[in-house]
Amino acid sequence: MPRREPRSVTGVEQVGAYTLLRVDRGGIDPGAPGQFFMLEAPGRLLPRALSLCLAPAGELAFLLEAVGPGTEALCALRPGDRIHVFGPLGKGFRLDVERPLLVGGGIGMAPLPYLAESLPGAPVVLGFRSDRHAEAAALLPQAHVVVEPTLVTELIEPGHDVLACGPEPMLLAVGDLCPGAQLAWEAPMACGYGACYGCAVEIDGELKRLCVEGPVLAAA
Amino acid sequence: MRLLNASGCLDALTAPEVARQLDGFVTKTITPLPREGNAPPRIAETAHGMLNAIGLANPGRERFLAETLPRLRELGVPLWVSVGGFCAADYAETCAALADLEAIELNLSCPNVDEAADSAAEIVAACRRETGLPLYAKLSAAHPDVAEVARAVASAGADGLSLINTLRGMALHPHTLQPVLARGQGGLSGPSLKPVALATVHACYAATKLPIVGMGGVVTGQDVVEFAACGARDVALGTVLFWDPDAPARVRVELAPLDAAEVFAAAHRSSHVHA
Repeated sequence: MPRREPRSVTGVEQVGAYTLLRVDRGGIDPGAPGQFFMLEAPGRLLPRALSLCLAPAGELAFLLEAVGPGTEALCALRPGDRIHVFGPLGKGFRLDVERPLLVGGGIGMAPLPYLAESLPGAPVVLGFRSDRHAEAAALLPQAHVVVEPTLVTELIEPGHDVLACGPEPMLLAVGDLCPGAQLAWEAPMACGYGACYGCAVEIDGELKRLCVEGPVLAAA
Repeated sequence: MRLLNASGCLDALTAPEVARQLDGFVTKTITPLPREGNAPPRIAETAHGMLNAIGLANPGRERFLAETLPRLRELGVPLWVSVGGFCAADYAETCAALADLEAIELNLSCPNVDEAADSAAEIVAACRRETGLPLYAKLSAAHPDVAEVARAVASAGADGLSLINTLRGMALHPHTLQPVLARGQGGLSGPSLKPVALATVHACYAATKLPIVGMGGVVTGQDVVEFAACGARDVALGTVLFWDPDAPARVRVELAPLDAAEVFAAAHRSSHVHA
């Protein structure tokens, strides 16, 4: 099991409608693309699960959207603040694919920049709900970007090994289009390491812990 | 003074490093038949605690005995099995099938399933007839007179008490005003429980003098000492394990200069826990 360590915030940048939070990496292993970390949200009881967005030298960077008190607290951090970081956790993307296509929707693009580093030259398609949200595509300059009402699923051409992260309706649509796609899901998690049974999702017809079995699962 | 985990707050098979920091591992509650648990969402954060409505997800008695228990024994950590059910016979049959354990904890207080038809004392008495293992009754602080329940389970043959379980609560989505949990209500845990837990331990120790595993909002070594001062002989860590998997080792370091066992002995001698 990975260690939980206090780390210093090294940067907090606005990227369109999102925030890129950088922390000093220290001895923490960045893990595989699609794995996640539990980040202490100051003033909140429980940490928040965030997939790694980028692993620049000496840093870990997380892309987040302030949607509630925990993510708001994380977005309000300033350089020099210290938070506990626990990870990498869960199972990430399999990288042994022949014709990868990276598909991201909204804040679900978070794990794709780090994933793209492991799959150089792979095409990327991203969908956002507004132009301001779409500014985050700057983290993936090679990406083909659409904004609603155009949906990212309209950009998926057949014959690819799809690796996707995004809102649940997008993942369900991608799974229907591309059986066998690798889909990174989200669920409320208290612990991230299999202790709380809070993140149960239906996998192979049974409720299982997403933090242990996933968060990346193969589409049925 | 033993440090345990609260039932349902740790999976020793996915996190053996955490379980090995403890003086005993308490399993998730085992019921006669497998239970998938409640539909998600099952957890919600609140201001100073969290709600869960897991719903006693477990593989059922048969698979637990055949598959889970042998793997847990390999960890080399003293084992407590938490037993649940929906009538006294459910509990008693599971107790009859268990052997070679540190203790059995009878979960008489899960807020996330329908209550057992029989009273706590009836369940304890039925289990007592089936096992010579130490029996700890886990009671709810929501009972209007928990000390009376403690006396009843003591008379029925309980060797100890586990205090307290979560308390039923509800959280609403701030915009939709709908319950966050799919089940609607869930069990509140975390630091907000500590004053309730201390009062319950205090009252039940005064009423029975039984060994008590105190739990409910324990985060620090100081918390452990306070539980000891109210009459807890052992202490369990619950929700703190979710955000701090190193909590057992940290609490032990914090406890080192405090001597919780001496605090318990002093409390036992003093008048305030005899009130």
